[in-house]
Amino acid sequence: MSATETATAPAAARAQPLGTPLKRKSVLKRMRENASAYVFVAPFMITFIVFIAAPVFLALALSLFQFDSVTAPKFVGFDNFLSIFTEDRLFLRYALPNTFFYAVIVGPVGYALCFFLAWLINQLPKKWRDYFTLALYIPSMGTAVSMGVVWMAFFGADETGYLNRLLLQFGFIDQPIAWLFDPRYFMWIMILISLWQAMGIGFLAMLAGLQTINTELYEAGAVDGISNRLQEVWYITIPSIRPQMLFSAVMSVVGTFKGGIVGSSLIASTNQDITPGNSGLLISNHLEDYFRNRFEIGYSASLTVVLLVMIYAMTRFSFRLFGPKGDE
Amino acid sequence: MANPFRRRMKLKRLSPFMLINLAFLTLLAVIMLLPLIFTLNQAFKPVTELFLFPPNFFVHHPTLSNFRSLLMSESVIPFTRYFTNSVLMSAITVTGVVMVSAMAAFGFSKKKFPGSAAMFSIIIVSLMFSPDQVWITRYVVIANLGIMNTYWIHILPFLAMPVCVFLMKQFIDQVPEALIDAAKIDGAKERTIFLRIVLPMCMPAVSTIGILAFQQIWPETESSLLFTSVESQRLLNFFVGSLTNGSGTTSSSVGSVNGVAGQGIQAASALVVFLPFVIVFLSFQRKVLQTMANSGIK
Repeated sequence: MSATETATAPAAARAQPLGTPLKRKSVLKRMRENASAYVFVAPFMITFIVFIAAPVFLALALSLFQFDSVTAPKFVGFDNFLSIFTEDRLFLRYALPNTFFYAVIVGPVGYALCFFLAWLINQLPKKWRDYFTLALYIPSMGTAVSMGVVWMAFFGADETGYLNRLLLQFGFIDQPIAWLFDPRYFMWIMILISLWQAMGIGFLAMLAGLQTINTELYEAGAVDGISNRLQEVWYITIPSIRPQMLFSAVMSVVGTFKGGIVGSSLIASTNQDITPGNSGLLISNHLEDYFRNRFEIGYSASLTVVLLVMIYAMTRFSFRLFGPKGDE
Repeated sequence: MANPFRRRMKLKRLSPFMLINLAFLTLLAVIMLLPLIFTLNQAFKPVTELFLFPPNFFVHHPTLSNFRSLLMSESVIPFTRYFTNSVLMSAITVTGVVMVSAMAAFGFSKKKFPGSAAMFSIIIVSLMFSPDQVWITRYVVIANLGIMNTYWIHILPFLAMPVCVFLMKQFIDQVPEALIDAAKIDGAKERTIFLRIVLPMCMPAVSTIGILAFQQIWPETESSLLFTSVESQRLLNFFVGSLTNGSGTTSSSVGSVNGVAGQGIQAASALVVFLPFVIVFLSFQRKVLQTMANSGIK
């Protein structure tokens, strides 16, 4: 091996003036050597490009056009964004602050719950863990569409609603509250439902991560002077499951921005056209409105871009916190 | 030191911490399950009990009448058709996602080929772009692909799940390089290495991404609503949605069944959507824990 290497070295030196073709050839050669790798990656990359990358770029492109799917798209530059941030009352007064409020609560609280509960479950003896995992995970499987019937019964407007009945019985309120018709409560109910569903795949990832932590680490930690569980969590558990923490954080961000469907299914099952006083209008609902009811594809594409930028910022932040280059 | 020993002893007995923990988690589990217990009871209530005031939380005289009216609905397309569609499409899509993601993850994890770093960093960035966010332009793409009004709309758009590749790669990274090299020396082909060594070692991840894919496709309503106008190609949750809010085409569904009497039917249909989740998760979960115990990936 080494003999051939020394033999080719002078040849490479001689070819120095023609450096670039040689380099390209080696890349091509490496590509040919790894042909099987491309076969492995191809099915994913093709579907990825067609169904995820292309729509993202198309959204970026269409956001610069006025396009109603009937007449030809008209290039308007950044006019769409200009109207979003200067003229769109619904967006400025409701969609933007609502989305912000919702995301700031549901994201971090849901994430903290995932970690805390996964940790608590992991403290239990193995034979019990399954049941609690299942109980906490099940709600995340309940789809927003099919759960409408439950929320209507729980948050019913008259005294047949379970929450009203409970509060009336204990004398907290004098007359029933129309929970799902009141702007003061609607958003909080959305948040409550979202948190109920927050223990999803990120929660499972953390739990799986916790179970793979080498218990010897804790023993070594005890030797090194870690004295309580809080220190254990901070110095051993969290660093050990950093990859899962990051994954879970990204899932939290993505899940948070799916919140629009909670509000829209709540108003669907209570036969309302909009959330009460727009108190539950999120950006994702707003762009759906522009697409479905006003057929302004260009404008809704710009709203999509705004949403993507927000998600990008939050995800970057998660990577900052838990990314591989953190403080290690 | 005697420390590790004492620690293990403490775990065997129930410390006060454990008792509080157990009590807290039990209480929480019950609260979390309340809506589902409610659905379960509501689905089996006869009409008389649905109209009761004050309402009973629990069913007293369970009946299957709600399920019967769901099955015997006078719609053009029977309930069973939606159900079969959903089961078939989910099975194909989940298998597809697992294969596509595992293959890609194997490629990214164990091979350094030109472009791999760039491709993977694109995937990391795209982790956050769940298809839901770009559904408007996805609609434009799919409309131009010519797969509208075919069953492909329930399969192809869901195959690429960056999340699954990401998760899978994290696990495959932990498969020791030496093992793969050893297999190579023994003359194993790439395909054999992937199917016989890497996949079996990553069953926890396979199960997890299986659940993830199932969660994506089973409750899917957008594809039924946007990408097909053929009622017989639509999925179960779309039908259930049309029951609860009348968003579906009225000619084909039972029609909106809001109101008190409809609650039982809605609950029954919610249960039908929901139970497969629990079944799938239970079977996958057992597998996860089993493989965790056996394979001992570190």
